[in-house]
Amino acid sequence: MKMNGSQILMETLMEQGVDTIFGYPGGAVLNIYDALYDYKDRIRHILTAHEQGAAHAADGYARSTGKVGVVLATSGPGATNLVTGIATAFMDSIPMVAITGNVSSHLLGKDSFQEIFITGITMPITKHNFVVRDVHDLAPTIRRAFQIAISDRPGPVLVDIPKDITAEFCDYEKMPPVKRREATAIDFSQLEEVAKMLNESQRPIMLFGGGVVSSNAFGSVRELMRKSNIPSCRTLMGTGVLPYGDPLNMGIIGMHGSVSSSKAVQRADLLFAVGVRFSDRVATNTSNFARNAKIVHVDIDPAEHNKNVTLDLSIVGDVREVVEHLLPLIETQERRDWLDEIDAFHRDVEYRPQGCQGCELKPHLIIQDVYDVLGNDIIMTTDVGQHQIWAAQYTQAQDPRKFLTSGGLGTMGFGYGASVGAAAAFPGTKVVHITGDGSFHMNLNELSTSVSNELPIITVLFNNRVLGMVYQWQSSFYRNRYSFTQPERKTDYVALAKAFGANGVRCDSHEELREALKEAGERLGPTVIECTLAAGERVLPMIPSGLTIDEVIIE
Amino acid sequence: MVMKKYTLSIVVENNPGVLARVASLFGRRGYNIDSLTVSETNDPGTSHITLTVTGDEQILEQIIKQVYKLEEVIKVVHLSDSNTLSRELLLIKMDNGAGARTQLREIVDIYEAKIVDLAPGSMIIELTGAPQKIDAFLGMMKEFRIIEMCRTGVTAMEKDSSKS
Repeated sequence: MKMNGSQILMETLMEQGVDTIFGYPGGAVLNIYDALYDYKDRIRHILTAHEQGAAHAADGYARSTGKVGVVLATSGPGATNLVTGIATAFMDSIPMVAITGNVSSHLLGKDSFQEIFITGITMPITKHNFVVRDVHDLAPTIRRAFQIAISDRPGPVLVDIPKDITAEFCDYEKMPPVKRREATAIDFSQLEEVAKMLNESQRPIMLFGGGVVSSNAFGSVRELMRKSNIPSCRTLMGTGVLPYGDPLNMGIIGMHGSVSSSKAVQRADLLFAVGVRFSDRVATNTSNFARNAKIVHVDIDPAEHNKNVTLDLSIVGDVREVVEHLLPLIETQERRDWLDEIDAFHRDVEYRPQGCQGCELKPHLIIQDVYDVLGNDIIMTTDVGQHQIWAAQYTQAQDPRKFLTSGGLGTMGFGYGASVGAAAAFPGTKVVHITGDGSFHMNLNELSTSVSNELPIITVLFNNRVLGMVYQWQSSFYRNRYSFTQPERKTDYVALAKAFGANGVRCDSHEELREALKEAGERLGPTVIECTLAAGERVLPMIPSGLTIDEVIIE
Repeated sequence: MVMKKYTLSIVVENNPGVLARVASLFGRRGYNIDSLTVSETNDPGTSHITLTVTGDEQILEQIIKQVYKLEEVIKVVHLSDSNTLSRELLLIKMDNGAGARTQLREIVDIYEAKIVDLAPGSMIIELTGAPQKIDAFLGMMKEFRIIEMCRTGVTAMEKDSSKS
């Protein structure tokens, strides 16, 4: 059937199973938006306030569903506004397809109005990108973009479409959705070796990251943990992989990880690391990391092996397949001595935040209130900074895809857009956006998006009136020289929320907060809950950059 | 770890921008490219990139894996010195005044180079050979006044004769 490029784009998106996209119109995508007008009953388009918000929304949609997130923007500034969102997805291996319009083919390369070389700009932050130069290539290119986004290690792909291509006609034939390319075949002899190492190890530790989430391996991973009784920790991106409250779950490792997990990794004779990349926030000092242990690393991306830490054994493959094949080879174990040692770490050296005597708000108790009032099934999103780490440390997420955070790029302003994406994907689920006053100011314009679309996003704003994480570093390492981390803003968050058409509440006590959360959970539209915090609240424990658990700060 | 010079042979899809992707990757990861050549192959759909880079074994392993992740890269091979034929072309313009001409001609003969242009004050010499030979020849040229020079960078191919 003959169709124009814009209709072909719609049809191809639908054939790939897309029913929701996020975007912002403009000159170069007028034809595409004209087609969307006809497809709006089949493709839900969520209009954001800014293209960056749309990119984070597509990312949040992908993180919460496991499907490919799709964002659409116009040429020039529309395209450049996506850059931070694409880079955020790239660093955390999130499958995304970004579609940008561009000026017509005959105007390309002439510095035309709103022309930008977006494929050049996004080259290092996409898995791959394309310029569609012929309408006949359009559908195959979109399909290939989806396949690249979901195959191997997932990530964002950008497709740039000049305006004339969106108007030209050609034949379109429907195709089935693309499948993931086959992962590297597992080397079974290696699995036997790993099983032997795990079975013989006296003090094994497991470490899980985002790769476990993207391959949906958390069920098998938990089974492995319980069968062999192996104490396990996670990275920021592995939040939700380990069952909340399980005695084998040692929490986060790294710069702001639990003291026990770092102590345990230092004591371990074997570290079995799955779907992680040993970033500088995890292995704060690579030469001392797991220094008494043999390190076995499973990852789908061979380039992650031996990149940051030197390994004893590396296995390339899909995490889920590897763990599933490994399970039958693993012996049931008790590990009494080792677990006693772990318990001792937990009892004797673990950091515990001070409670509150019904007085001022405390970060860890705010997170606890959120789960107490709204339940453990919520999707929590965060921005970046102190509030993010508190949320990650005290989250009660029971499963993956329930805690969305920008781990690799550390993008302040990520949270609201991500919440829009998650709320669009799961209309029945409560989405709680944890943010700070610094991060919230970056993209608070997206409040208007949740108002227009009646997305009941609950923002819990940690307001300490400083740019907290940097302020904390200035306290600890720069002799209290608070250079530009006290913005002296006079923002009235309650009035601001109301001005956008949302509800706003200010809380000074946990009692007020619980009441506000309860009310917000019953509303149809969004709420902003401002929680006032002391500027001196610090994220602890903290291992300073480049050092080890021996130098941890806990007070 | 020991820093060494490595030669990589990369076969890529012949698309616009593919060289930029490879070069951008090297720039981003901080790998130093010593030389880079791109050429057509017998298959119009592919191009061949020969790249020499300085690093240690760990960097080499990373480079190969990272390059291989690029969508348009079909094959990456590390060419070891023993089984590789490497060639480079040099063009060098020399000041041939004050009796240098005779001496230069003598060196040109020894190296089996060619004088491809001769003018009253200068001559252009062309030399093809392994990079080491070019280096040695340039060492000799430094005794005279070099007006201008350029090297093409290495192009290389695996030898079958040394395999068995």
